[in-house]
Amino acid sequence: MNLINVVNLKKDYASDGVITSVLHDLSFKVEPGEFVAIMGPSGSGKSTLMHILSFLDRPTDGLYQFDGRDTKDFDDNYLAKLRNERVGFVFQSFNLLPRTTVLDNVKLPLIYSQKKNHDKLAKKALDSVGLSHRLNYYTNQISGGEKQRVAIARALVCDPAVIFADEPTGNLDSKSGNTVMYILQQLNKQGRTIILVTHETDTANHAKRIIRIKDGNLISDEAVKTRTIAQTDKDLIK
Amino acid sequence: MNFTSTIKLVIKNLMARKGRSILTILGIVIGVAGVIIIIALGAGAQSLILGQVTKLGSNLLYVEAGKSSDNGPPVPGLVITSLIESDVEALHNPGQVPHAVAVNASVQGSATVTWENQSVDTSFMGTDYEYPSGVNFTMQAGQFFTQAQDQGAANVVVLGSTLSDELFSASGVNPIGQVIKVKSSVESQAGGVPLRVIGVISPRGSSFFQNQDEMLFMPLAIGSTQILGIHYLQGISIKVDSADNIAQTITDITRVLKQQHHIQNDIDVDFTVRNQADAIKILSTITNALSLFLTAMAAISLSVGGIGILNIMMVTVGERTREIGLRKAVGATNAAIRNQFLFEASLLTSLGGVIGIIIGILVSYLASLILHHLGYDWAFVVSIVSIVLAVGVSILTGIIFGLYPAFKAAKLDPIEALRYE
Repeated sequence: MNLINVVNLKKDYASDGVITSVLHDLSFKVEPGEFVAIMGPSGSGKSTLMHILSFLDRPTDGLYQFDGRDTKDFDDNYLAKLRNERVGFVFQSFNLLPRTTVLDNVKLPLIYSQKKNHDKLAKKALDSVGLSHRLNYYTNQISGGEKQRVAIARALVCDPAVIFADEPTGNLDSKSGNTVMYILQQLNKQGRTIILVTHETDTANHAKRIIRIKDGNLISDEAVKTRTIAQTDKDLIK
Repeated sequence: MNFTSTIKLVIKNLMARKGRSILTILGIVIGVAGVIIIIALGAGAQSLILGQVTKLGSNLLYVEAGKSSDNGPPVPGLVITSLIESDVEALHNPGQVPHAVAVNASVQGSATVTWENQSVDTSFMGTDYEYPSGVNFTMQAGQFFTQAQDQGAANVVVLGSTLSDELFSASGVNPIGQVIKVKSSVESQAGGVPLRVIGVISPRGSSFFQNQDEMLFMPLAIGSTQILGIHYLQGISIKVDSADNIAQTITDITRVLKQQHHIQNDIDVDFTVRNQADAIKILSTITNALSLFLTAMAAISLSVGGIGILNIMMVTVGERTREIGLRKAVGATNAAIRNQFLFEASLLTSLGGVIGIIIGILVSYLASLILHHLGYDWAFVVSIVSIVLAVGVSILTGIIFGLYPAFKAAKLDPIEALRYE
């Protein structure tokens, strides 16, 4: 069964009576365990697509099936539950809570879940991104690369089916970016589906498949021929 | 999201903004403390005033010369000579006024009292031997004048404790048996009337701004004819056997005095019967209205505090837009966000309420100490009602003024919230 099945997806924005069409008739499928990069220049609609796929937004028209179920019937509370349990987010600008420790940031999604043992789950997630030594640091005391790894741990903590990463390396230097891509590839290797949004070909080449979008239209959908495998210090990530 | 984690989260957020949290609750603190203080002072003032009335004795009726006017008391300076000694005798008749246990006529005036080279300006009361049975006091030394001394118009006098101290404590002489001279401030007798001190009354404090401990008391005939040079009465007080018979006794007194004064029509009545219970009722009404008015003022300041909460919560929601977006992205429902901000507002106000109650009680207590020190018989009263009212209103304020910001936060679009700079 497909994890994600999108058929003739459309998204329009209406503002002051003017309707702007952002996505036209997109159709594609994503299987569990894939690593897909959605690529396109800015304004192409790739972020809008990601927001729809991750239940932050709803399509204007067309079908979006998640886990074989039509998302049109889901109410706001159920969408919140899906965001909590089934998907994880990694943002370009990290979006960590200020004046809060690394551990508490990772525990944030657990507050809204039914899960128990919050400390244990959060520590396990931080361990998988190599940040066990930063648990009680405040988020303003760690580097950009570390912030993004905290964000990945936060995305992982509820054990989601899919991780959505929106330009995760956009605010990082190449070394930190490389570490982030390495972690994402490791997570994918462990069976987790990754959907990456980027405008950089170098970053997109870490994925297994690239969907290209321009002006709201799908212009290509193909497997990556020569995939980049990120290397990093072997002892950093277990 | 469960309740405990909401509490933990909210406390963490408030602690992260300590300064602002304190400033925010200041309005509520002042409002709640105001309510507590005003209600406590109102209750204290009420018990003080009512206490003064009852100190004069209970179940008392007063007959005053002159007809009462709807517009206020009789005109000062207008001398009304309608009450005379024979009225007192008529009221004494048990067949006419069966429920009167004591009938007591009086005149009052101001006088200069001298003993050797000590001289004091004070006020005096000419009254009869039954005066002690109407009011509550005890003798510190000696005794009140007897029926024989009263009716024989003996030249005797009883002093209030303060007056006795002022005249005699410097010389250390026992006041009993000493002869003082009393000279009216309005009538001019050479040297004044010599009176022998036969008793001193124990301290009993002020009543209606008249310090009874500074007064002196002598037989009615001495006070009226000899000191004031008048042949009429200023007032008659009647003690009634029980509160149930007050209305009947008022009717009896009115009937007797109308007969005495040969009055046919109510419009020609030249006296006024005053009831102490009425006085208490009127005073209670006034103090209650005053308390209510002041409480309303405090409630206004409480609602101003509530607007402060509204203001700060709006700013907080604005500042934390990205955080709200993030929380929604990781699975917070609208209800969870709304509850978080609603709870934050009510926690702020209830914290303000608790601090306000503590400050309110402390200030009320301090005020009662100071007033006590100044000589007022002031009771420290903090009612449970005022505390419940203050806490209830402050939590309600938090919820009411927290609702709009909380709903605003809950309705934020997560994508726009995440992009918010």
